[in-house]
Amino acid sequence: MIKQYFHDLADHLAAQLQRGEDYTAWLAGERSDFVRFNHGKVRQAGEVSQLYLTLRLIQGQKHVSSQLTLAGRLDDDRGQLSAEVARLRTMLADVAADPHLLLNTAPQSGEHIEPSRLPAAEAIVDDVVNAANGFDFVGFLACGPVFNGFANSWGQRNWQEKASFSLDWSLYAGGDKAVKAGYAGTEWDRDAFRAKFDHAAAQLLLLQRPAKTIAPGSYRAYLTPGALAEVIGMLNWGGFSEKQLRSKRSSLIRLADGEQALNPMVSLLEHTAEGLAPAFQSEGFIKPAKVDLVREGRFAGSLISPRSAKEYGIAANGGNEGEIMESLQMAGGELAQARILAELGTGLYISNLWYLNFSDRMNCRLTGMTRFATFWVENGEIVAPLNVMRFDDSVYRMLGKNLEALTRERELLVETQTYGSRQTSSQLLPGALLSEMALVL
Amino acid sequence: MIEEIKQRFRALKPGTAFCALRFVEETGERLEVRQDVEQPLTSQTDRGVMITVIDGGGYGYAATSDLSTAGLQAALDRARAWAAATRSHSVFDYGKVALPRPTGRYQSPSLSQSPRWTRRELLDLLMAESRACKLDDRIVDWHAFIERKQSRQLYLTHDGAEVEQLFDFVMPGLAVTAYGDGDSQTRSLGGQYNGYCRQGGFEILQQAGLIGAGRRVAEEAIELLTAPNCPSGTMDLLLKPEQMMLQIHESIGHPLELDRILGDERNYAGTSFVTLDMFGQYQYGSELLNVSYDPTLAHEFAAFGWDDDGTAGAKTLLIKRGKLLKPLGGAISQARAGIDGVANSRACSWNRAPIDRMANLNVEPGDKTLAEMIAGIERGVMMDTNVSWSIDDSRNKFQFGCEQGWLIENGEIRHVVKNPNYRGISATFWRSLKAVGNMSTFDVMGTPYCGKGEPSQVIRVGHASPACLFGNVDVFGAEE
Repeated sequence: MIKQYFHDLADHLAAQLQRGEDYTAWLAGERSDFVRFNHGKVRQAGEVSQLYLTLRLIQGQKHVSSQLTLAGRLDDDRGQLSAEVARLRTMLADVAADPHLLLNTAPQSGEHIEPSRLPAAEAIVDDVVNAANGFDFVGFLACGPVFNGFANSWGQRNWQEKASFSLDWSLYAGGDKAVKAGYAGTEWDRDAFRAKFDHAAAQLLLLQRPAKTIAPGSYRAYLTPGALAEVIGMLNWGGFSEKQLRSKRSSLIRLADGEQALNPMVSLLEHTAEGLAPAFQSEGFIKPAKVDLVREGRFAGSLISPRSAKEYGIAANGGNEGEIMESLQMAGGELAQARILAELGTGLYISNLWYLNFSDRMNCRLTGMTRFATFWVENGEIVAPLNVMRFDDSVYRMLGKNLEALTRERELLVETQTYGSRQTSSQLLPGALLSEMALVL
Repeated sequence: MIEEIKQRFRALKPGTAFCALRFVEETGERLEVRQDVEQPLTSQTDRGVMITVIDGGGYGYAATSDLSTAGLQAALDRARAWAAATRSHSVFDYGKVALPRPTGRYQSPSLSQSPRWTRRELLDLLMAESRACKLDDRIVDWHAFIERKQSRQLYLTHDGAEVEQLFDFVMPGLAVTAYGDGDSQTRSLGGQYNGYCRQGGFEILQQAGLIGAGRRVAEEAIELLTAPNCPSGTMDLLLKPEQMMLQIHESIGHPLELDRILGDERNYAGTSFVTLDMFGQYQYGSELLNVSYDPTLAHEFAAFGWDDDGTAGAKTLLIKRGKLLKPLGGAISQARAGIDGVANSRACSWNRAPIDRMANLNVEPGDKTLAEMIAGIERGVMMDTNVSWSIDDSRNKFQFGCEQGWLIENGEIRHVVKNPNYRGISATFWRSLKAVGNMSTFDVMGTPYCGKGEPSQVIRVGHASPACLFGNVDVFGAEE
């Protein structure tokens, strides 16, 4: 129904155009139940229903755009869009022709719809509260349908619709010591949730041991996929962006120039075909099934938006405006999950990293904190939870000469942040064993 | 629209102990020139309501962009349903909160009263600044922008509260990247994340120094490219307001948020090293440290009349002569914790529920000129303009980096240094405050991008501060 509503709006937009005008339209909508938990109970529960349309009016090489909220009521929204087209038309008089405008004028329509299989959010909340009884459980449930649509005046129509849930939670043992866990999908399975909950609860026993404080220095370390995701996520701050590479603001300039390399075990790719994000981007360009970014430690490619393609005279490869990874995959290695502690020997088992930033962008040096269940390991045995430590180290070292192994098993990590809207990005990552990691505070 | 919303809400029959409507309509546009090319002109109209109910001790909300009578009724029904579904396992009996019933109107310094600039004139200004940036071939990227927003907000309760607030925001910025000999340095006007952001009109362009900034910032970027690395060691650290804003934000603002202290944010933004028993007795900083929460400073970015639960804003000292007095906690958190707080229950927009957020959080000025503070430094670094920030989930162990530094020896500035960083621990860092600048060193900064909450929210905050001098800080630069 919402797809038909969008198509009706697209037809209405086409009817508003004057000679020589075109449009593109991107719809991002959701009807989400959001529930926060603290101390095993509900802190804040509610629903958000929103529809945002980004409309671009084009006249030759001139264009202007606006993002506006829609009511989801066809008659009201038609009137609003008529007024908006007229407003954008007046704005066109103020802007110059854009030499970097690139449009997709060959329609490539498509759709992907998954009917909802979710129960009412209240039923999920009941399951969570029942499981959390007696635990210091804190977390967040987001569930409901998410819609994305694209239309343009050349007749292209794209649609993706999926209902999903994400429960992201922590079980606290006391102070800042907690087990972090998550459960996401399109079908709520009470037994599967309970199994994940019980697994996390079992780990609490380890966190109740007296915590160990270590001195700054270099340590062997194992990064779980969740911890490695934070490191890889920093490369998404423009690292693989064609624009940022060309303007010398990328953290991976030296990798792209061939001056630096990562360990040959490292291969990264943007794998749209196996990700959760739409296969079309907001300007209507279809994304390739996959884009190689790093192949066996060497720079292999960047993410190129239509705008960068026009500016630099190269081919676009489905990059969004920000040229960021949305469906990242990292190749697995040879280390079996069951051998992680044994191969680590003595060092740090780091479940999560937190609040990373660049301390030296040209050298791709990062700083950040350990968080949640991070342990001190001796001779392959977990000895004690570790008090939080700050690291400051270069990706060229961590994933270069200091990378000893990657796990064979990989974990799919779905983005749980909900800035502005629920996200569809994901990372499929192994864990990483490092011979050294520099701790500084 | 405002009158229609009022009428539609008044016609609803909530049948609950408490029911409020919060309407937010935000319009804006962004003008940008990058490398002497006008960038696509973008604008927004974001409009919606949130209805919140408290009933039988339960709390529920529903937000919608459907502003019709049917849309509001559906939102009310959903909010009631959530309150009913969760009242038996709510973390708190919300029936115990006495939320205010305010009436009034607030308007920030207005765009309509400021010097007139047409869109074309603004684009021409940005183009002129852009063209001034390209000093030589080492300048490889540059851009200048102006973002303006207007927000109209309405808060109603079922039993008569009515507050209307109007805000005008202007956010200018400019950044230049220089590249040479394998190094890249970016210098900006007030930071690469909109440090110069204020309420008001186009007088802010002048206040921020946008006019004439292109050449000046480009020269600083080139100077950084050829400057030596920041030295390493334990030394004095003099922070100017463009970095102080970040230092205040991360290691005073967030740790004092009452919802963090109550544990709400432990799954995402984190907890706090501050505990409830510290208020009224904990020595947060040296006796030179005075920190105010001040939503009444009109031009500062997060000024307001009332917060999003209807509590009136007032200037309040949170830290006085170094002693911690009050947390950043709104009406609901205050009731949960049983201690006084301030009016800081805030939401980023209509589609997110209010939580404890700092608004304008400022360090009060002291009595030293910048020259006096520099003269008192035997060896140290002065730093300005944040570029990197990281802190642990208890808001204690931090590491921050700046765009530009100046080496100071024997009371004199020697030269510029690049890649300046420092690290410390909040619980002890503020006690090393040795001197506080006077009004001549004071500036009003802020950021539109403070992230927190589940669901996630990015909100506007303001931070005004003088320059401040700290002793025995761990300072360092980039890899050689």
